[in-house]
Amino acid sequence: MTRRHAALFVRIAILTSLVALLEIGCRLGFIDTLTVIAPSDMVASMADQIRSGDLDASIVTTFSTILIAFALAVVLGTALGALIHRFARLRDVADPLLASYYSVPTFIFYPLLVALLGLGKAPLVVLGILSATPAVVISTLSGLDSVAPVLMKLARVHRLTPARTLTWIVLPAVMPHLFTGFKLALSYALIGVIAGEFILSGTGLGYAISYAYQSFDNRAMYGVMLFVLLVAVTANGILYVWEGRLARRRSRG
Amino acid sequence: MSGEAQVSLSEVVRRYDGPPVVQALGPISLDIKCGEFFSIVGPSGCGKSTLLDVVAGLVRPSSGSVRFEGKELHGEVPDGIGVVFQEDSSMPWLSVRDNVAFGLRTSGLSKQEAATRVDHAISFMGLSQFAGHYPAQLSGGMRQRVCIARTLVLKPRLILLDEPFGALDQQTRLLMGDELLRLWRETGATVLLITHALDEAAMLSDRVGVMSARPGRFIDMVETGWPRDRDSRVISDAQFGALTARLWSSLRAESLKTLGRAA
Repeated sequence: MTRRHAALFVRIAILTSLVALLEIGCRLGFIDTLTVIAPSDMVASMADQIRSGDLDASIVTTFSTILIAFALAVVLGTALGALIHRFARLRDVADPLLASYYSVPTFIFYPLLVALLGLGKAPLVVLGILSATPAVVISTLSGLDSVAPVLMKLARVHRLTPARTLTWIVLPAVMPHLFTGFKLALSYALIGVIAGEFILSGTGLGYAISYAYQSFDNRAMYGVMLFVLLVAVTANGILYVWEGRLARRRSRG
Repeated sequence: MSGEAQVSLSEVVRRYDGPPVVQALGPISLDIKCGEFFSIVGPSGCGKSTLLDVVAGLVRPSSGSVRFEGKELHGEVPDGIGVVFQEDSSMPWLSVRDNVAFGLRTSGLSKQEAATRVDHAISFMGLSQFAGHYPAQLSGGMRQRVCIARTLVLKPRLILLDEPFGALDQQTRLLMGDELLRLWRETGATVLLITHALDEAAMLSDRVGVMSARPGRFIDMVETGWPRDRDSRVISDAQFGALTARLWSSLRAESLKTLGRAA
């Protein structure tokens, strides 16, 4: 068993043990089911809600909002990162702001966004973008910083056009950094959108969790929470595996 | 074209704008003949790499002119020049084969002809067993061979090498030198090698230019007189010791200057 596989095994074992403990604790009455329900009940609740179609509209609303916010954050963040990298003075201004950006809770702007953009998708998309874009900007900057000057010289020796230099040299060279940024951006967009829905929105999975919570419907609340958790972990896991393959190819030695 | 000047530098000066303004190079005038193996040695910081960049067309001279095959360069790399850099310039996201084939992407060659050239270059540099490997799986010397193969595949008429073996151990450098000589003989290309290793210059070259401390100018020009079919075994020749000694005697005072000491 490789070290990586051993670590994976230990992670799964710890997680499984915690779930088993929670299940046993709930079943034996050590944990009040008004606080937390048994994991098997969470799974059953999630399956019931998906099967009944109760969550269909919320799923479509939330994930379409996340995808739009993520896509726009990727485009905007990459472009902004490239722009800041291009102009040293702009970077002098932007660097401290980027470094301290995540100390600002962007959710506080949600009421302002609602006032400006109205209720609906737009303020949530903006909240997702505000949460996700800086991660892409930072990863783009560190990626562009890492492109070896000799590769840029190589592009000139091969008389590559700017477009070919970008697609054949710069983008592949920065891809591992961008990928890390995209992975973070997806997580931040998800957090931003669901938290926004949870706080003020009248639609989406965040709202469904909030509604169930306020209605003391623990079973429904944990079912939706589990669903969001599974989707987030799966999406991140796919990106993690993809990133790992990319990194292993470059670092096999 | 053998015997004619393929590269011609006339009163080339390169300054870097300050403040303070730094004159890195020159004035330098030099003719390199077609098919010649010409090396440049000089103390650290004398402008050797700047000179290579000027000859490649990567850097414009501040004054003077550079001609390649009779045409003046204006800060662009002309067709027919291949450059191997001191730093590893293999692309980690491409396999050895794709790295070598990189230069042919814009060549307009048919797929079959491009594949034949790539196979030949890979085989020539002894990388056939590693064609599917990625640079991270190779040693430093093998990666530099990938970079040389990538240059070779373009069939350049002038190959510029900027201390390509600088990071390699002595044995590997000698063997790489043999491969470079074989490449030079078989392709008929002109070679301009920048090196700080006097023995490397003495072993490989037809002619060695010795540069002064900054701003770099030629202070000596040494004809080695080696036959074309030489290899690294010339280091056991008595003439090799005399050549290396002459290079060092020309260079010693200049190297001391870079250390801030008088000769």
